[in-house]
Amino acid sequence: MSERGKANGTWRQRNRALLWRLGVVTVFMFGFGFALVPFYDQICRATGLQELGGLDGERDAAKNSQVDTTRKVRVEFDSNLRGLAWTFKPETPIVEVHPGALTQVLFDVTNTTDRPITGQAIPSYSPSNAVRYFHKLECFCFTRQTLGPGESRVMPVVFVLDPTMPKDMPTVSLSYTFFAVEGAN
Amino acid sequence: MSSVTHDDVLGHGHDAHHHHPTGLMRWVTTTNHKDIGTMYLWFSFIMFLVGGTMAMTIRSELFEPGLQIVQPEFFNSLTTLHGLIMIFGAIMPAAVGFANWQIPMMIGAPDMAFARMNNWSFWLLPPAAVLLIGSLFVPGGGAAGGWTMYPPLSVQLGMGMDMTIFAVHIMGASSIMGSINIITTILNMRAPGMTLMKMPLFCWSWLITAYLLIAVMPVLAGAVTMLLTDRHFGTSFFNAAGGGDPVLFQHVFWFFGHPEVYILILPAFGIISEIIPAFARKPLFGYASMVYALAAIAILSFLVWAHHMFTVGMPTAGLLFFMYATMLIAVPTGVKVFNWVATMWRGSMTFEAPMLFALGFLFLFTIGGFTGLVLAITPVDIQLQDTYYVVAHFHYVMVAGSLFAFFGGTYYWIPKWTGTMYDEKLAKLHFWSSLIAFNVAFFPMHFLGLAGMPRRIPDYSQQFTDWNMVSTVGAFWFGLSQFIFLYVVLKCIAHKGEKAPGKPWEGATTLEWTLPSPAPYHTFETPPVVK
Repeated sequence: MSERGKANGTWRQRNRALLWRLGVVTVFMFGFGFALVPFYDQICRATGLQELGGLDGERDAAKNSQVDTTRKVRVEFDSNLRGLAWTFKPETPIVEVHPGALTQVLFDVTNTTDRPITGQAIPSYSPSNAVRYFHKLECFCFTRQTLGPGESRVMPVVFVLDPTMPKDMPTVSLSYTFFAVEGAN
Repeated sequence: MSSVTHDDVLGHGHDAHHHHPTGLMRWVTTTNHKDIGTMYLWFSFIMFLVGGTMAMTIRSELFEPGLQIVQPEFFNSLTTLHGLIMIFGAIMPAAVGFANWQIPMMIGAPDMAFARMNNWSFWLLPPAAVLLIGSLFVPGGGAAGGWTMYPPLSVQLGMGMDMTIFAVHIMGASSIMGSINIITTILNMRAPGMTLMKMPLFCWSWLITAYLLIAVMPVLAGAVTMLLTDRHFGTSFFNAAGGGDPVLFQHVFWFFGHPEVYILILPAFGIISEIIPAFARKPLFGYASMVYALAAIAILSFLVWAHHMFTVGMPTAGLLFFMYATMLIAVPTGVKVFNWVATMWRGSMTFEAPMLFALGFLFLFTIGGFTGLVLAITPVDIQLQDTYYVVAHFHYVMVAGSLFAFFGGTYYWIPKWTGTMYDEKLAKLHFWSSLIAFNVAFFPMHFLGLAGMPRRIPDYSQQFTDWNMVSTVGAFWFGLSQFIFLYVVLKCIAHKGEKAPGKPWEGATTLEWTLPSPAPYHTFETPPVVK
């Protein structure tokens, strides 16, 4: 029996033992790949990783937008003209709405001249901090309005009062003033 | 004990009396580490030419804006398969080929620990290559979602994707078996007196690479298995409609993918750490720190994967962690680069082809490392994500890094493998031609990327034309230069050239140089004693 033969015999056993151990590592790591699936899910839940900007700033979580039926707010509309030969008034000067409810009101406007005129409406609130709770989805004041000679138009305002509006603000006035846009025609 | 030696696969002490199969069957049935190493190296060179042909087609299409040569679908398959073939078919098998030839000779072992498994590891590769290349010819074409195989694209592709998944499974199994073999050989079969800290650095680099492989290859196997079940068996790992998340795949893939890039480069580090001391005629500077740096790189590689996915939408805390962790890798890598430079300091240097490739490696790999640091900076990466800057970066570390080291290693060891000195003039021509052509091909890609040219797209905006033309010329020049290498190697195999002495390099100190050249079929049957 040579020295090498003895060495071979012991190598064989040690090599087999190491083969098994490394094989276990391989199988474990294959399982680890699948374990990453629930792990990733839990990490995302725990840290809010899936919500973009989740750890940096405010989350865009859905806020309570339900209609607050326990109270009503009186909204008054006012209309003014500056240097325009138009007529301009709200169809319903006063509405009472629940905060959170989507409301539409209409304004009538007529160009009484025989030439096209362009105007721009500027809103103004009273009390002035009501602006923070008055969300307009649609308004004729968003764009310039051009009326042809003698043209009449019915223009909508769609708005929601924020349900977080303070209770000491039972009445809000919204005043529109149409200004002539010089040089637009 | 004689029954043990009879069916012993380790020693082959009695093989000389056995009938050797000849011809093809010799290669199919061989359990000899030198034969298997040779087969690995040839396989990888053939795959290198196949992947290179794909690269040439890609560069031809990109010579001019507009579509000239290939359709976009086929172009996508080409970029995908070029990446997969070069990584799994060329670089990794080449590294395993070096390991097979060199590790037993460098540690004084008669063969690899599991010689039959070694044969099997190699012979799994050709079927995988057939599956990968064959996928181009099935209905629907080859995998076209990029080598990273991101869902949802990879869930939607045709049967070419299934073939790619199976090929990845097979190549993964091959690498895992190869790694178990290498770890066992290194840990159990070193010659008496060769402690771990006396081991040549090439063996150290492969020991650590092999551990990385058995840690992450199974994770990749798991990821592609999930893709497969998502495709055919109704699971929803990555399908948002079924409660899954495509980003999960990116996390699992890059948990494999980042250690993978170190798997590709660490054996190259090992080869460079052999060549530079030999041609500087000085021992490697800071041996222990080189070993610790390898280990540090390997450990850190598990903590940086998400720098490949800075744009998926992570919280700032995550971005910062992965940015700093990535930058931390520059420390052990810097230790290695400075140690190589310090090894050359006041050395008696000569500049034969292996040393030239080692120096080319050092210079260009460092550039690739620096662009890597640039890409580690999150806001810069978000700007450069998926541009040609990234393409330039990883070709500097993979081609001028791993591939140059393998060329250097081939020239360094081929006298030992064939017994014939290579043609020094042609080898130097190969080096200078490759070095210049490589830079002509890839340096302009930095400019293209900074200017905003996206990768993986067959058409581009006209202002990118000039640099793309330069790049294509360089790419063809580089590709053709490799036939010089083939010619030099074939010349050695045909023994056309000077007969190599046992130790052709004055400064070489490792054990394989104590053997005659060419190395006998069986070596170190009696273990050498290392003092």
